[in-house]
Parts: sequence; C-alpha cells; structure tokens
Amino acid sequence: MSKRTHVTTTVNGETTDFLCEPRQSLLEVLRDVLYLTGTKEGCNDGNCGACSVIVDGVLVDACCVLGVEAEGRNIETVEGLAADGKLHPLQQAFLEETGLQCGICTPGVLIAAKALFDKNPRPDEGEIRHWLAGNLCRCTGYDKLVRAVMKAADMMAEAR
Amino acid sequence: MKEFEYIAPEELQEAARLLAANAGKALMMAGGTDLLPVMRAGRKHAELVIDCKKLPELNRLHLDDAGLSIGAAVSCRDIWENDEIAARFPALIDCTSRIGGIQVQGRASVGGNLCNAAPSADTIPALIAYGAVARLVSVRGNRDVAVEEICVAPGQTSLRDDEILTVINIPNPAPNSGAKFLRFTPRNEMDIAVANAAAAVELDETGSRFQSVRVAVGAVAPTPLFVKKSGDSLLGQPVNDRTIATAAGIAREAASPIDDMRGTIEHRKQLVEVLTGRVLHAAVKLARGDTA
Repeated sequence: MSKRTHVTTTVNGETTDFLCEPRQSLLEVLRDVLYLTGTKEGCNDGNCGACSVIVDGVLVDACCVLGVEAEGRNIETVEGLAADGKLHPLQQAFLEETGLQCGICTPGVLIAAKALFDKNPRPDEGEIRHWLAGNLCRCTGYDKLVRAVMKAADMMAEAR
Repeated sequence: MKEFEYIAPEELQEAARLLAANAGKALMMAGGTDLLPVMRAGRKHAELVIDCKKLPELNRLHLDDAGLSIGAAVSCRDIWENDEIAARFPALIDCTSRIGGIQVQGRASVGGNLCNAAPSADTIPALIAYGAVARLVSVRGNRDVAVEEICVAPGQTSLRDDEILTVINIPNPAPNSGAKFLRFTPRNEMDIAVANAAAAVELDETGSRFQSVRVAVGAVAPTPLFVKKSGDSLLGQPVNDRTIATAAGIAREAASPIDDMRGTIEHRKQLVEVLTGRVLHAAVKLARGDTA
C-alpha cells in the first residue's frame, strides 16, 4: 500500500480530517472513509452525475476528483442539505412531486440543483434542463425532477 | 486504480524538475476528468501524478491588448462564464460550454483537452481556427508550438516526456472578424461529436470579401485537422454561398474518417461538409456584427 496522506478539509461546514491513498477518489473517501454514503457511485467515470458534490462552490463529479485534492477545501454533500431536522425545500419538493423512483441519481440531482440555485435562484425550465444534463436518471424521464426543482425554487422565493 | 504517488507543486520550475526526473513515469493532471477514468480503467498508468492546479502560471486566465492567455489548468466553466471572452472569442464559448455536463466543465481544462489529443476533442478545432499557440516548458527551456502541431495520433501529442503545457495564447481577432464552432451529436448534451468544425474569418471593411480564413475540423481524422486549403480557397473571394460551398467541399475531401459506433465514413464526410459550411456562414454573420 502506498503511503497514506493526512488531509484536513471541511465537509458540510464541519472541519474533518482523514487518511487516504492518492489513488482514492473523493467519492471513495466520502463513502468508504467518512461513511457519508448519501453521495452515490454510478458510472465512476464522469458521465452520470450520481456522485455530484460541490467543492469550493463548484459542482463536480466526486469520482473525477482525488481525495487528496480535498485538502483545505470546502465540500458540500447531500447530507448537508437538511438543517435543524428540516428538509431542504429541494428535498421537500422532490417528495411532493415524486421527483424520483429508484433514488440512485437523487442525491446528485439535489446537489446539482442546489449549486444552480446558488448561482441563479429562479432558473427557468430550459436553464434547469441544461444545468442537469450531467445528471442521468433512468427512471423518471426527467419531467418530474425538473418540475420538482421548479417547485423548490418557488418555495424558496416565497420563504424570502 | 493502481497505486501512484501524488504531488501538487506550487512552482513551475519544481514541476518541470519533477517531470524531468520522472520522465515516462509521471503524468500531469489538470481537471482529471479524462485522466482519472482512464487510469481507473487501466488504460494509462503513472508512478507519479503531478497535479498542476497549484501552479500560478497554469491557472491564470488573462485578456489584454495582445490577446487571450489560457492557463493550461483553467476550467472550461471559468472560460464560458467570462463575458469578455464571450464577446471577443465566441467560438471558445461554443465549445467549452458543450464539453460534458456542468460537473465536467467545472474541472475539465482546455489544456487537458489538448493534451488528451482525442480526435473528437471539442476545443481543439476552435483553438486552431483562432491561430492559438501552445507554450511548452521543460528544464531544457521553452518552446511555442502552433496548436495544430500538438496532436499527432489519437491520444498522442508532440510534447516530449519532460514538457509541460503551461499556457495557450490566442491573438486578438482583427476588426471585422468572427468565429464559430459547431458539432454534431445525436443527443444535445453529454455526448461525443460524430464530427465537428470551427472557422475564424476576417472580412474586408465592407464585409463582402474574405481577407483571412482558418478552418479546422474534428472527429474525421486521427487528429483534429487544420484544413488550410479550405480557408485559403476563400482568400480575396467574395462572401457568397458558392465560395463557402467550395471551402466546405475541400474540408470534406481533407477528412479521412473511420466507421465506428458513432457514425459511418460517409455520414462523417457529409457532416463535416455541412458543418464547415454552417460555421463559415455563422462566422461571417458575426464578422458583420449581425448577431441575429
């Protein structure tokens, strides 16, 4: 085994440190080292978006980032969406609009939509579809999850 | 993935020294969106991965009177989100906003796209059309190489084992210029081009004759292809359907595509002719300031 590196990072607002090998992806670190299994492994080669996380404000596929690159970064995963025991409006809207079936793509879609809202709180349908192009869903046909994202945007606008 | 050592040097000289000391055994990594999946699949291996995202020269995006300098590790998203680049180099937006999804664009770099040397690479035809020049740095010194001379075979470049691509320099377009990149994919997003094409044109003051034209096409040869003859056929010629059709026909003749799961030889030849015609027409429109 090659030498493991000590990495200090921030995950969902909490300072976290871990040991990992250089060959371990951020996805492997999140799931297998930090036990944050909300982030899913789909294709493991940057095509499906199931492992979407936000690193320093930028939406990325965690399978295409090395764990050692997390040093000093700020990482947001699906586990950080709900706060104070309350679902994030995106999560609530996905439940109400049945924006999921099998659920494997859902954490990635939620985090991708969160990253979109960080940039544009009121995206139109075209912007949502374009933004979510990197998140593959084999169940819903996309309409339901796009509707859920639009509903979440409405809910968040009303709450402001 | 097989084991490797990882280092993220913060000085270019140190990176060049590390690469030279491990020549043939080390690989440079920018966004990692190409490199990590192929290493995971076992198609490439390195004993040492040198991450270039902490090298200042490679992470700088700079626009001035001379032109645009794209650090080799700058992400596609940093390029297409830049309004000044969009205004001066629209064909760069056409390609950087189409590579993968938003997740890939946040990491993938134009420099990595060039060094990955895929025949279907989306940014390379636009770089060639714009007359971009790659700066290569090693412990032996620096050299500047035209982008069309970087790719030599699928996945292979003219970079030596100890050379680092640091910056891609693109001269500012002359007045009355326009450029466009288009690709054909069965799906609108998240797809690899069956064929692609880019053109950069400069017109005379009246906007009626071609003064300078560069055409490049992709996914129709072992490397992205600079079709010099196509652009040259338009020099001094009036802008019309006939002259553009001739230039598009030359691009078709220059293509030597293969049959694969994405398309047939005949389909690709047809596509590259149509796409070349379309990018030339679109570039002319932009050169005339006609944005409609």
